[in-house]
Amino acid sequence: MYKRYKPFVFLGMLLTVFLLSGCSDLLVLDPKGPVAQQQKDLIMYSIIFMIGIIMVVYVLFGFIVYKYRDHKGHKGYDPENKGSHLIEAICLIIPLIIVVALSIPTVKTIYSLEEAPKGSENKKPLVIQATSVDWKWIFTYPEQNIETVNYINIPEDRPILFKLTSADSMNSFWVPSLGGQKYAMAGMQTELYLQADDPGVFDGRNSNFNGEGFTDQTFKVAALTSESFDKWAKETQQEAPKLTKKQYDQLMLQGHTKEMTFSSTHLKWVKHENDADYAIKVRERLSK
Amino acid sequence: MAQSKVRDLNTPMEYQSETGRLNILGFWLFLGAEIALFSTLFATYMVLMDRTADGPALGELFEVKGLLIQTFLLLTSSFTCGLAIHEMRRYNVKGLFFWMITTILLGLGFLGFEIYEFFVYIHEGANIGTSAAWSAFFVLVGTHGLHVTLGIGWIILILIQVAKRGLTPQTTAKVFISSLYWHFLDVVWIFLFTAVYLMGMVMQHG
Amino acid sequence: MKWDEFFVTGDPLIYGADVSIAITMLGIVFFLTYFKKWKWLWTEWLTTVDHKKIGIMYIISAILMLFRGGVDALLMRTQLAVPEMEFLDSQKYNEIFTTHGTIMIIFMAMPFLIGLINVVVPLQIGARDVAYPYLNAVSFWTFFIGAMLFNISFVIGGSPSAGWTSYMPLASNELSPGPGQNYYLLGLQISGIGTLLTGINFMVTIFKMRAPGMTLFRMPMFTWSALVTMAIIIFAFPILTVALALMTFDRLFGSHFFTLQGEGMDMLWANLFWLWGHPEVYIVILPAFGIFSEIIATFSKKTLFGYKAMVWSMVLIAAYSFLVWVHHFFTMGSGALVNSFFSVTTMLIGVPTGVKIFNWLFTMRKGQIEFSTPMLWSLGFIVNFVIGGVTGVMLAMAAANYQYHNTYFLVAHFHYVLIAGTVFACFAGLVYWYPKMFGHKLNERIGKWVFWLFTIGFNICFFPQYFLGLDGMPRRIYTYSEESGWGPLNMISTVGGFMMGIAFLVLVYNIYYSFRYEPREKTGDAWNGRTLEWSTPSAMPPFYNFAKIPVVKGLDHFWNEKQNKEIKPLTTQDLQKIHMPNNSGVPFVMASFFFVSGFGLVFEWYWMAIIGLIGVLATLVIRSFDYNNGYYVSVEEIKETENITK
Repeated sequence: MYKRYKPFVFLGMLLTVFLLSGCSDLLVLDPKGPVAQQQKDLIMYSIIFMIGIIMVVYVLFGFIVYKYRDHKGHKGYDPENKGSHLIEAICLIIPLIIVVALSIPTVKTIYSLEEAPKGSENKKPLVIQATSVDWKWIFTYPEQNIETVNYINIPEDRPILFKLTSADSMNSFWVPSLGGQKYAMAGMQTELYLQADDPGVFDGRNSNFNGEGFTDQTFKVAALTSESFDKWAKETQQEAPKLTKKQYDQLMLQGHTKEMTFSSTHLKWVKHENDADYAIKVRERLSK
Repeated sequence: MAQSKVRDLNTPMEYQSETGRLNILGFWLFLGAEIALFSTLFATYMVLMDRTADGPALGELFEVKGLLIQTFLLLTSSFTCGLAIHEMRRYNVKGLFFWMITTILLGLGFLGFEIYEFFVYIHEGANIGTSAAWSAFFVLVGTHGLHVTLGIGWIILILIQVAKRGLTPQTTAKVFISSLYWHFLDVVWIFLFTAVYLMGMVMQHG
Repeated sequence: MKWDEFFVTGDPLIYGADVSIAITMLGIVFFLTYFKKWKWLWTEWLTTVDHKKIGIMYIISAILMLFRGGVDALLMRTQLAVPEMEFLDSQKYNEIFTTHGTIMIIFMAMPFLIGLINVVVPLQIGARDVAYPYLNAVSFWTFFIGAMLFNISFVIGGSPSAGWTSYMPLASNELSPGPGQNYYLLGLQISGIGTLLTGINFMVTIFKMRAPGMTLFRMPMFTWSALVTMAIIIFAFPILTVALALMTFDRLFGSHFFTLQGEGMDMLWANLFWLWGHPEVYIVILPAFGIFSEIIATFSKKTLFGYKAMVWSMVLIAAYSFLVWVHHFFTMGSGALVNSFFSVTTMLIGVPTGVKIFNWLFTMRKGQIEFSTPMLWSLGFIVNFVIGGVTGVMLAMAAANYQYHNTYFLVAHFHYVLIAGTVFACFAGLVYWYPKMFGHKLNERIGKWVFWLFTIGFNICFFPQYFLGLDGMPRRIYTYSEESGWGPLNMISTVGGFMMGIAFLVLVYNIYYSFRYEPREKTGDAWNGRTLEWSTPSAMPPFYNFAKIPVVKGLDHFWNEKQNKEIKPLTTQDLQKIHMPNNSGVPFVMASFFFVSGFGLVFEWYWMAIIGLIGVLATLVIRSFDYNNGYYVSVEEIKETENITK
């Protein structure tokens, strides 16, 4: 009768895998910024409830299946046992209480993620426009007049306000170490706050499937000290080449590119949040 | 499953057979699905109605006169369809035919106006590919028009069967079901008229 | 169009498929000709309107599709087994996960359950057939043809590759050129017609054809689940019909519903898709709940605990299923209020589901549990489904969802609910009602092997995926780097996947083995059942099901009759002639015309599409003029079939 021990084996599995792998090794559970930290806290909070629920069900399951299995000396058989209002009420009320217990922090976190992280409200956020185009990311620093492709540098301890849009397919901008994702869509703009606690390099990617080059649509996020960020911005403004319209239109073609840096932006030619079919038109023009 | 037992004379003939009763209930459920279908199209239209891109706004091209005639034709046809059922229940085949054929003619008139309307729009530079708003308009109104067309074809087929077989529990159930369909299309048109045309014109001029 | 564009070429996988399709076809033709079975095929199967045979055809098709979708899955798992694998390229991988998802949901899970509903529900309510037997055949053949149309994309023209969700603008002409996406649109559209008709048909059947005395609250739980499911189908499927039609217009006729050009709105597709898609999830899970309810009650030898609570839970779940669709794209930036609302509604849907879980547990309490194969699947369901359920609640918490979305955490979750829920139910139901369909049981010993192999393989396959998700592995990537560190868990997952594959093969072997060696059932009551389907004197009910329509006195009527020893053999006085519908070849022909039409539209050959549509209309007219729909079975024939001597 392996059956009756099975629930415990499962529970054991669940716990051991957790302990062995060590939560802190998993990207999402190893936050490097306050946004991801909030999400991790919520996840850990919910996992406690979930393990509780699973335990209750498995213990009940194990007990009932063991006790009422068909065997010699079977006792307590009552084929007409139709229900009990008390048990049914308990089965209804406890889940409802759990839902309330989960809803409150969820809603709180949802609202807090719409704003700059706590403690950084007074710092002026750095605005970066992220534009996805099959299968690369173009980042625009409107205040610094800088444009990069497939990488970003950000200052530590300062909220970054990402303004997301897309030149073609629906993408999702995701840097797991810094926080959850949000879609980037053509013809509109979505906003996402992230922040890094310490200097470091993090992986970012598009996580929403968009065709052949999807797997490699990644980018690097480097968090720098505030001074090195300013230094980088200054050097880039002075040394990086200007972005030409021809170059930009080449970027609109489907494909991958290496990392690039420019000391001017594409905003003077097109705003993808208002102009959803710019890339499509460029492709038509260039394929002729 | 079609045991046709005559229950009593007060039961309308279309409800006298088991098949008739089942089919009528089934058709009501089908109309439920149709409501879901048109609701989805209406919702799509509401979402897209302002997204006119480079094309003309929707209300710009609407023509009050033609629309009123269309509405009049379809509403009247629903009434004559009701009269046809009334005659059927009095076992008056001639009356049934007279009112049903009137219904069909009114329906054809309605369709004629709609096709003419579409031609005018296309002539004035608004077709299904002009913008999201016009796509939604043509598909929503066109779906209703297609339903009317199918309805007319269907009623003609049923009338041929009535002519061949007379009024039986089976043929009357068919006539009755087609009348349900016809009234439904009338109701959809009222929504179309309000949500698409009136609102379109109010947004444009008001 | 050149021939090498029409047929997919240049890939050993495809040539392999070509060859196996050709061999299978030749094999079937040879078999039918050699054993002179063509006429048998036509009269007994292709033209049948018998709900039991239609149900069996649904189930056979679904098992074939399970094989196809399963092969897709194993190809994917092979590609992902180690980092930087070069087994499939990106395009092929994309095609395979697209067809895997679509086939498993639309052409496997739903038809399997609809097949079981077809076989069982009329018997459970004491009816001789469904309300519209002819329409039932139309349902099956349109489903079947839709599935075939979708499947031939693999060798002709190319498979769709935009995911089973087909998000726009990815699925548009510009980003997914070629016929692949059209196959998706037309295949689903045609089979969707069948599903909608099934919805109407069974709703009327359950409302109107119940045996005398069977009030709504005396219906078996599986029938209840079917009724609720049909209601969802009637309101959800038209949404899919419209969404598919609009995308078809975008691709074929240049409209701008979801396109980048003309101010189309890609988010509208996502909304419409999930407005259908979420209820669809419940279309494939509620009948599963029904199946488990029947099995758990039967093998605990006990009436269901909290029958009414279970019914109302299902009704509530059905209603809620239309109010949670936004949780599929919390990350679309809908705003805090909208996301909070849908977070809470989604978590609330867990409450009636939890109630049901506890009701099953308490049904077993004070029972006398027998560990037959169907019961093992049901117990396995409870244990595994709970994991899927609680992770579902975690996903419902929008703020955390931003980290789970589009990752393997999500993949693991929906496989835990869809496999532990739906697939376990399909297997459980198949084993449970197998004697009703084929007159003998499936071998229990082999059946238990299948259960343990499959369940353990399933957990090995999908449990690690929760951790892969938390480690940031996105779904739908075709390969990953060594440095990502995802290699070991993926390898484990692949091993589990192949265990499930082996379990499937053992299941198929069991079908063969049991056909050869299992003893034939001598009564209609193979499992000491509780509901009317077990009350027929013969193992496989005759085509008219019941010689005498039962009169129902309560829930678990047949069980109570057995307990009170009220069952009497039938005598001639009980019999009356029975009216039955005629067989008809029209549904098959109509579906074939749908195929012609659909195929024409896929390749934008409008002449062909129009011919097909004219054919469809012609079959409708023929049907409308056909008044000769039925015949009587004489008392003598019934006496002979039922072996009644007195």
